[in-house]
Amino acid sequence: MYRYDEFDQDFVHARVAEFSDQVQRRLAGEITEDQFRPLRLMNGVYLQLHAYMLRIAVPYGTLNSKQMRMLGHIARKYDKGYGHFTTRQNIQFNWPALSDIPTILADLASVEMHAIQTSGNCIRNVTADHFAGAAADEVADPRPYAEILRQWSSVHPEFSFLPRKFKIAVTGAERDRAAIQTHDIGLHLKKNAAGELGFAVYVGGGQGRTPMVAKKIRDFLPEADLLSYCTAILRVYNLYGRRDNKYKARIKILVHETGEEEITRQIEAEWQELKDAELKLPEADIHAINAYFAPPALTDRPEGDAEVKQARLDSKGFSQWLDQNVVTHRHPDYAAVTISLKGIGEVPGDATDSQMEAVADIAEKYALDELRVSHEQNLILPHVARADLKAVYDALVEIGLATANSNLISDIISCPGLDYCALATARSIPIAQEISQRFASLERQREIGELKLKISGCINACGHHHVGHIGILGVEKKGSELYQVTLGGSADENTSVGEIIGRGFSSEEITDAIEQIVDTYLGLRLNPEERFIDAYRRVGPAPFKEALYAGETKAA
Amino acid sequence: MKVLTANRLSDGIAVWYAEGGWAETVGHADLAHDKAAEDRLEAIGAAAGANNEVVDVNLIDVTVVNGLVEPVRLREKIRAAGPTIRTDLGKQASPAVAGVA
Repeated sequence: MYRYDEFDQDFVHARVAEFSDQVQRRLAGEITEDQFRPLRLMNGVYLQLHAYMLRIAVPYGTLNSKQMRMLGHIARKYDKGYGHFTTRQNIQFNWPALSDIPTILADLASVEMHAIQTSGNCIRNVTADHFAGAAADEVADPRPYAEILRQWSSVHPEFSFLPRKFKIAVTGAERDRAAIQTHDIGLHLKKNAAGELGFAVYVGGGQGRTPMVAKKIRDFLPEADLLSYCTAILRVYNLYGRRDNKYKARIKILVHETGEEEITRQIEAEWQELKDAELKLPEADIHAINAYFAPPALTDRPEGDAEVKQARLDSKGFSQWLDQNVVTHRHPDYAAVTISLKGIGEVPGDATDSQMEAVADIAEKYALDELRVSHEQNLILPHVARADLKAVYDALVEIGLATANSNLISDIISCPGLDYCALATARSIPIAQEISQRFASLERQREIGELKLKISGCINACGHHHVGHIGILGVEKKGSELYQVTLGGSADENTSVGEIIGRGFSSEEITDAIEQIVDTYLGLRLNPEERFIDAYRRVGPAPFKEALYAGETKAA
Repeated sequence: MKVLTANRLSDGIAVWYAEGGWAETVGHADLAHDKAAEDRLEAIGAAAGANNEVVDVNLIDVTVVNGLVEPVRLREKIRAAGPTIRTDLGKQASPAVAGVA
């Protein structure tokens, strides 16, 4: 994985020193909150309901065991024993004292981590497919390009005060696991007919109060032109993006209001000025970054097949976990493992200090020291020999992280909601917990099949509800929490925005409503292979509306 | 009825103005029954903000139940108690507050 060079390390240390000084001056009353707020936000420090919150960047979701151990250490020493993994592949701590944050950042810098650009109107943490470098269906590892974008975008002088925040995601496979079409820029790394690497470029996707699916403005951009083209997009946005209204300031609005054809013309015109200048990526630089991401040396472990076969017979739990949480690796003797942070009734994305440390130990012992955070709020061991899967499973059982529910209805994305967040209008986590408990039976979940359920506690949509097969949005209505349901959203290569199905439900009603939707689906699917999203796309909202609201219409 | 609330600058912990200082629990916060009292609390909040004791100062609606102040809105109830999904954390974790929120 990427290692800081001298420049990176100096840069991060300098930022720690600078922010420590700013915190000291703030605590001493030498600068006001109005002066300090933008400075703390540039360093990932928010103020929430109960305390400050620190959001730490995990570039493209990649961590080693030392870094994960440090996160566990921070959770224990400076927080309340846990952290929350987020949909930007980052981690948040909910209770740090402002006076401790300089020390936390110094600890992070010692393991090549930081909290820079995890907030503010700048280019945020670049996300990538969590199976990058391991997936069997990948054309090339997308992370070197995410790293190039990270280096380019870090304190970029021209793009540090954009109209609004800006999010980029990269995938290296046809099957999109990075939700690129919901991003300001989505990049799909691919090969052209000549076998050269490049990108399909999507622009103007996003969620929030105005969800939009990104438009593909280029089918193939040569890899050397990555930075010049992204600069052209950012320049057009920086120049024409609205600054008069926060809610209309994202690039999705500019793309929508300008029109796909015209915005493409503007970007291409800007690019003509840039493409043959200093932003063209030299091949040597691409190679140098790629070298950091060289695949780990995977020794052949052909004994895995027999061992997995035997372990399946010995343990039903292992067998179910294998079916649900383990996916094919490009090396036949290896697999990629999803560590579910969605235990039944647990808080989605939360992990305790000791779980983080134990996961770090597992990664070090069995997974070539590599870990990932997925945007679906789980952890990933990207390279595990099949021969070691049972040992990994047993170790995960011991720390309560072996729930075999990846991609099932209880694998819920949920924002922190009103239990923590100052922007939230309703709670999300208790709803996620109740739904998870209602569908606790793994047998039932597997019968339902792949179902992406996502919950947000306000219209900002941090819980990605717009692109959930079933989405739930919590709002406040007449002083109470009310939950709106959307159906038919999806965040893969066939991205779609869900449609509101009808009137909202109270917190007491919402789990019953979800169950009714699921039962309706089970009743109408053509066969068990027809997933919820496929069935919804075939039949539309009518049968679900009928099931949820028919009684009301008749009564009225 | 309103009380004055904020977060403490040094650690961000939610606090309420009570008896001349900032209390960590809402129960005995100073009540404003009329506009004049609200103005007085607001002035205290503005001064405490300017003095760098607290941030994010707000007046919130409350009621009084069994002699103790309780916020009206769910958001403020949660601030006063702690996360509803982690009753072992926040103000509610302390026995003195557990019965109140």
